[in-house]
Amino acid sequence: MSSSNWTVDFLNQLISAAVTVEQISLPSTTLWQTESNHWQQFAELALQQNMRWVAGWAEHVQDRFFINACFEKQGVYVLLRAIVNAAKPELPSQAIVYPAANRSERHTQDMFGINFIGHPDNRRWTRHKAWPKHSHPLRKDFSVQGTPDEITQPDMDYPFVKAHGTGAYEIPVGPVHAGIIEPGHFRFQAVGELILNLEERLGYVHKGIEKIAEGRSPESLARLAGRVSGDTTVGHAWAACKAMEQAAGIDIPPRAALIRGVLAERERVANHMGDMGAICNDVAFVFAQMQFTRLRELWLRTNATVFGHRLLMDRIIPGGVNCDLSEESCAKIKQDIIQLRKELSEIMSAVDLNSSLEDRLFTAGYLAPELAAAFGTLGYVGRASGQSFDVRKNAPYAPYDQVAFKVPVETQGDIASRFWVRNKEINAALKLIEKFIALLSPGDIISPWKTPVAGSESLGIVEGWRGEIVSYIRFDADNKIARFYPRDPSILNWPVLEKLVLDNIVPDFPVCNKSLNGSYSGSDL
Amino acid sequence: MLRLFKKVLTTGVVTESFKPPKDDELEQLGIEIKRHLDKNFSGSIAIREVDAGSCNGCELEIHALNNPFYDIERFGIHFVASPRHADVLLVTGPVSRHMQTALLRTYEATPNPKWVVAVGDCAVCGGEFGISYASCGAVSNVIPVDVVIPGCPPTPLALMKGLLGLMKG
Repeated sequence: MSSSNWTVDFLNQLISAAVTVEQISLPSTTLWQTESNHWQQFAELALQQNMRWVAGWAEHVQDRFFINACFEKQGVYVLLRAIVNAAKPELPSQAIVYPAANRSERHTQDMFGINFIGHPDNRRWTRHKAWPKHSHPLRKDFSVQGTPDEITQPDMDYPFVKAHGTGAYEIPVGPVHAGIIEPGHFRFQAVGELILNLEERLGYVHKGIEKIAEGRSPESLARLAGRVSGDTTVGHAWAACKAMEQAAGIDIPPRAALIRGVLAERERVANHMGDMGAICNDVAFVFAQMQFTRLRELWLRTNATVFGHRLLMDRIIPGGVNCDLSEESCAKIKQDIIQLRKELSEIMSAVDLNSSLEDRLFTAGYLAPELAAAFGTLGYVGRASGQSFDVRKNAPYAPYDQVAFKVPVETQGDIASRFWVRNKEINAALKLIEKFIALLSPGDIISPWKTPVAGSESLGIVEGWRGEIVSYIRFDADNKIARFYPRDPSILNWPVLEKLVLDNIVPDFPVCNKSLNGSYSGSDL
Repeated sequence: MLRLFKKVLTTGVVTESFKPPKDDELEQLGIEIKRHLDKNFSGSIAIREVDAGSCNGCELEIHALNNPFYDIERFGIHFVASPRHADVLLVTGPVSRHMQTALLRTYEATPNPKWVVAVGDCAVCGGEFGISYASCGAVSNVIPVDVVIPGCPPTPLALMKGLLGLMKG
């Protein structure tokens, strides 16, 4: 079946199931508008079609709520929308059908006060104690300043799942952790050293990103998007800019697309090197940590020399990029890659033969491919468990549509596999950077901006280093942002950590966590 | 194993010499604080890093301080796992309201005398996020701050200068 055919078949299937759908064409995708009472039934039929649940968010428009869910199959994205009256905002939950929708619906419930009927777990998620229960920050009558207390109380009474029985005990961890990492709370139930259950409680770094995005200019939104998750600054800025450009009907120059590709692949390489070192460090193999942090530092210094920022923040702007690549810079980048390949092969052969590393990483933190598929797991986590989806490959966008490249997939599903998939992705990324540089031809690096029509909306979807990033933008009048929702891959990857640590020992939790490396900031928003 | 040792030997020592900050930079960091630290800590400080709501960009650069190029431990600065072991709190991020009590408790758990360094634009002035229903903005809105290190994020070199400025002249 070709990729365009399935939508026709699916629409016929919806008609025969009496699910009414109105098709509206958007710049980037097709919007399917349905009745709110068909919300769950649509999800059931979508699951039968093997569609992947991608993202969910809502929007307050006058006296109504727009509730959105995005699905994907064979690289074709469908945006589903139901409109409910603000007087009685409720619709049936999709989380019963798709576990991936679970936390997203809880976020929407907290932020908008929308009731998802039949949700399997409707405890609060993003809301702790910074605003009261019957108050909803993303409603238009909630001011950006809100009415916070002088000191926000800790969220002491969150109803965690309990374990009872002889020898079962609880370990609370966080929000302030022992390492230099982001805050979050983990609640373990253990017997001896064995993990019986893990519950994540995130939301500590909720900074109101969606709310403070409202009313921003495109440039200002790109800056904010670049700080959704600092390690994915290129990915989020690209996704947001892509959405804004599509809404405004702007094509970026080919040279700008190639430079964006170089930036994104450089971000991927830098983060993978950091993670590979950190995974080894978590099992006390310091040699690899020192080598990888050394290589990462050299890589970041080249970023600073060539692009003017070590982490590449604010290089992607609406309409293109603000940093060109000189002949000299290209030569420097190519030279670096040759050196890095040589060093990596030396390090990886030393790592490969190390029995203590093998002992700790193989079979630990196993994520079964079926589970990864059920949760819609993305990026290297998904690819180590048989999920090959990659936006660059399955829904290609410039400049990835001009080059051939490999997406490594394994089915081993353990920490070792997530480690080696990263290594393979580094090698693929290095080749991509070389190809993009070879394709560069003289030209502009930015297109002039056009103020979009009020109400224009679009989805910007790119493959960040953690996996697929989805960025939804709707413009208001006068070039202002009405709604911004960034879906970091971490939002879909965090829940599988609760599954893959089961039956592992508590001391292996840090390395299990690091092998996923979810973003707290990107998830809490 | 031989390959491992070969790589260690051929890599050699990459740690770079580092120029301490000049006097005018020190003024910026607060000469007053430096004098107190010299008196109290004999040239060594223990740091507890607290992410109070950052985007994680600052954490990446703080991590880099421990890479072999900067190797910050050689200056007597080391990161500890608990505020109870710390002299200095290195705080990043605008303080999210959900982290406000956690930061206050971390501050209370740190024994006296203690110092607070606000790292990154968000921690210094609220940065891109500012003050809102979800964010208290700058760290100084929640706990007393002694030194600020601006930047988005500050480079490892800027972090080193800020931290060394705390310790010696």
